[in-house]
Amino acid sequence: MDGNIFTLQDFMYFTKAITYLVIVAALIAFPAFWLFLTDRDE
Amino acid sequence: MSDTKTTTGGTLFTPFNMVAGLILLVGGIVTVLRFTGGLAAVTNLSDNNPWGLWIGFDLLVGVALAAGGYVTSAACYIFGLKRFHSAVRPAILTAFLGYALVVFALHYDVGRPWRLPYPFIVQPGTTSLLFEVGACVALYLTVLFIEYTPAPLEWLGFKRARNIVVKLTLVLTIFGVVLSTLHQSSLGALYVIAPSKLHPLWYSSYLPVYFFISSIIAGLSMVVFEGSLSHKNFHDKMDETHLKEADGVVLGFGKAAAWVLFGYFIIKLVGLAVDNNWHHLASGWGLWFLVEMLGFVLLPCYLYAVGSRDKNIKLIRRTSLLAVLGIVLNRFNVSMVAFNYHLPSSERYFPHWMEIAISLFIVTIGVLAFRFFVTRMPILYEHPDYKDAH
Amino acid sequence: MAISRRKFLGWMGAAGLGATVGKSAHAASNKHFEGFPDSMGVLHDVVRCVGCRSCEAACNSVNQLPPPDESFKDLTVLDQKRRTDAKTYTIVNRFETAAKNQPPLYVKDQCNHCLEPACASACFVKAFIKTKEGAVVYDESVCVGCRYCMIACPFEIPTYEYDKVLTPRVMKCTLCHPRLLEGKLPGCVEVCPTEALTFGKREDLLHIARERIRRQPDRYVDHIYGENEMGGTSWLYIAGVPFSELGMREDLGVTPAPALTAGALGAVPIVVGLWPVLLTGIYAVSRRKDKIAQEEQADAVAAAVATSKEEAKSELEKVLAMKEKEKETAINMAVKKALEDAAKEQEEAAAKAQEDAAAEAQDDSEPKQTEEDS
Repeated sequence: MDGNIFTLQDFMYFTKAITYLVIVAALIAFPAFWLFLTDRDE
Repeated sequence: MSDTKTTTGGTLFTPFNMVAGLILLVGGIVTVLRFTGGLAAVTNLSDNNPWGLWIGFDLLVGVALAAGGYVTSAACYIFGLKRFHSAVRPAILTAFLGYALVVFALHYDVGRPWRLPYPFIVQPGTTSLLFEVGACVALYLTVLFIEYTPAPLEWLGFKRARNIVVKLTLVLTIFGVVLSTLHQSSLGALYVIAPSKLHPLWYSSYLPVYFFISSIIAGLSMVVFEGSLSHKNFHDKMDETHLKEADGVVLGFGKAAAWVLFGYFIIKLVGLAVDNNWHHLASGWGLWFLVEMLGFVLLPCYLYAVGSRDKNIKLIRRTSLLAVLGIVLNRFNVSMVAFNYHLPSSERYFPHWMEIAISLFIVTIGVLAFRFFVTRMPILYEHPDYKDAH
Repeated sequence: MAISRRKFLGWMGAAGLGATVGKSAHAASNKHFEGFPDSMGVLHDVVRCVGCRSCEAACNSVNQLPPPDESFKDLTVLDQKRRTDAKTYTIVNRFETAAKNQPPLYVKDQCNHCLEPACASACFVKAFIKTKEGAVVYDESVCVGCRYCMIACPFEIPTYEYDKVLTPRVMKCTLCHPRLLEGKLPGCVEVCPTEALTFGKREDLLHIARERIRRQPDRYVDHIYGENEMGGTSWLYIAGVPFSELGMREDLGVTPAPALTAGALGAVPIVVGLWPVLLTGIYAVSRRKDKIAQEEQADAVAAAVATSKEEAKSELEKVLAMKEKEKETAINMAVKKALEDAAKEQEEAAAKAQEDAAAEAQDDSEPKQTEEDS
């Protein structure tokens, strides 16, 4: 395949896999950032 | 149902228990047949109809009707409607049991159930909407379990663990709404890949939106419906707060359901318009579609509204059953009735009685589990040690 | 049950963390994919097919499928319309033509090996792969048996071994992928006696098909089925009648399956990104409102308390003042009374003294008076 993607299916497979990792990171990052944002509130 | 009396300890042979026992017995036998004879032994599934009642009812309806968990906890904790607080615990319990049973039921349906974790630990199929559903259901089941744990922890007297979990309420609620939005909609999106098989009146690229919005209706209606059953059967388990707030919950949820149903009707109309499906309304399928739209969307919408205006608790409670049936009908239409509409009737699917037996078996387990938890743990009442903990 | 090589890749493989960096989408600028270059396919010329079922027999033997219920020589099987099943990768169906006195037509049906397979898009364990050779192959070692591929397939091809308890598989034509790798023809193509099946590069097959249609426009309808259906398939069909008369759906559209789900899949990460923001926002607003309401309540209570304190104080003062006044009055009264008493006493005493004095004086004056009278 010499580094190229030839089908929409393969393209979506790779991009969605990365997207899912982004999602996992987001689910962890949101609470963490919320705590950072609000931990000085009384 | 009405014969379930929780106060009695000695009467095991109530009519309810006998019927439940019979269903469990038959379900047990069919279970053995399923796992010794394969799917062919107990189902009417075929190459043309790979998904039957166990997907249409156990998965699609099961998940939709368990939406009360995220709807109620979001109303209470995110939208700040504290007067619904007493409704949160029973709703979370129902949702948890619902999802646990959905996962349980899937073990019957898939060919090699021991491989159910494969998408997550072996090889993810990231382009599949079913992967999305699976991931969210697995995560949400975990979230629901944690959300539910304060009840058993209070019951067992583990104060410290209970307080830690309660502190997580907000983040769990938000996770729950995110995950529910995703998998409720993805269940509808499962069918977006098959435009040639699902009748145009039910097929739409808006299917995910329809499934998500109708899950809110299902959630609201189930809380009301289940509340009325609980009032009949577990009245003695309810504390003053629960009883005092119950009417407010019914009125509030009935009003919300009327409003959401109205919006749902409008977006269904939009679906007809964008795909130019008006001409299908004049066919037999169109008539059936109108039955669903008018009888099970617009009618409950109107009845909820009247009940809410007149403060008619009884009417709202009855309407909730109609709305729940409407959700069941919609899921059945998408997954079975209007699916494979192009095939001749001889190749269409109708569930085998043993498939129905397993679905009943699973619902019965759910009802019995609900009864078990409600009669033992602080679900319908607040634990005296945690009165102020809102 | 052998663990496939792909299994090792797992999550990291899916994400392609190593590989993707180097990978670029072919013509990535407009996200248009042409499929694998030089991938293979089969052209099925329906006009040439005589319905002998040799392809079915060959398929059965090269794929080591279970023996059929009826012999492949038995052509009465054709009296009924059939579809693929768990023991049959391919079937031939007979269709009577609408025109009178014309011989019936035969169409072979099997997996069309889509360029963008719906089964692969639907599979949640990536058990289906479109290979660069053109075949869509299935890996039973990861299959969970959810049968979503069968829901997704627009050609109703994948079948399932419903009667197996422990090892049910999805069954479908593989385009004889193992044979292709050995340099052999697919079993059905190899055995076809009338050259109704032609194996070759899909590009070449399209040329051949167009050429046949061009040369004999009265024998063929001007449509290559599979050129665009569902984004195109590796199997291509040409025929003398519209394909809808041959049990093939002409309403499938040209959108490839992955494109159908792209919208729904694309919404997922956006929901994850925005829902927490929105929901936490609503939470914060409702909590702020609660807080303001609480503060207002607290202020009101404080104000009320302050007011009542003030009132109490003034009341007290009033009472005290009144008491003071009362006391003063009492004292005054007492003093007055005392003074009055004293005055009275004095008066009395004075009066008495006056009386006494008067009496004395009378005693003295009486003789005087008498004296005066006499």
